[in-house]
Amino acid sequence: MRVFLLNLLLAISWSVLTGDATVDNFCFGFLIGFLALRVSPWLPGGQGYFTRLPRIAYLSFFFLEELVLSSLRASYEVFSPKLQSRPLVVRLPMERLDQNQIFLLTNLISLTPGTMVLDVTPDNDALIVHTMFVSDPETFREEIREGFEKRVKEATS
Amino acid sequence: MTFDEIFIALIILMGSFFGFSAALGLLRMPDFYTRMSTSGKGATVCCGLLLAGVALLFNDAQVTARAIAAILFLLLTVPIGVHMIARAAYRAGTPMWRGSGTKYRFKNPMRNIQ
Repeated sequence: MRVFLLNLLLAISWSVLTGDATVDNFCFGFLIGFLALRVSPWLPGGQGYFTRLPRIAYLSFFFLEELVLSSLRASYEVFSPKLQSRPLVVRLPMERLDQNQIFLLTNLISLTPGTMVLDVTPDNDALIVHTMFVSDPETFREEIREGFEKRVKEATS
Repeated sequence: MTFDEIFIALIILMGSFFGFSAALGLLRMPDFYTRMSTSGKGATVCCGLLLAGVALLFNDAQVTARAIAAILFLLLTVPIGVHMIARAAYRAGTPMWRGSGTKYRFKNPMRNIQ
């Protein structure tokens, strides 16, 4: 977190020193700051930031891709003359996720059209998920485990 | 018509398409949970695309900042609202649709967790 703030500070100083406050220039300054911090030998909080930032970006892109694909699928379902979906309620076990990871995962699942988190079990070890497009509970569990859960774990640990 | 204008028009048209499909889903879907799935999330995509299109069209720092803030707040608040409403329905035992071919179409979801 402190390294991120340092990086932000470097980007702001780059914008101020070049006298150009556009978004493009700010992003360029952020990139230069990232590279400069990457080669510096000592940092508060260690080197974890450099592996985590690309993973967070990757999670965001993966999420956007899922959002667009499942929105198209949901609109196809709405416009098709005969309803084809077989909705299911699936229990999704959460192995060794802490509270913040569960919060992030729940939000991501709820934002994707077609899946919706109905409940979290009282001792935080499973999610109850309603899904529209997957007719087999084991496939659905596998998809979430290999997709969102893995990437959320990577991005936050 | 420049290339940019066509691109922006495409984004806004896609946003309206998702909004329309969300509204139609509210009418067409057979039970509470599927209606919630198709309408609530479709509305997020629709608003996001419309706001992004407007931000690109005006190409102005103030408008862009407001559009980004609005999209961020949508992404933060919509899933929580959807989750709370769905949880209330789930705990109250609202019946659930199981697909058009099955014999028993409506069941209590709490007794059918898989």
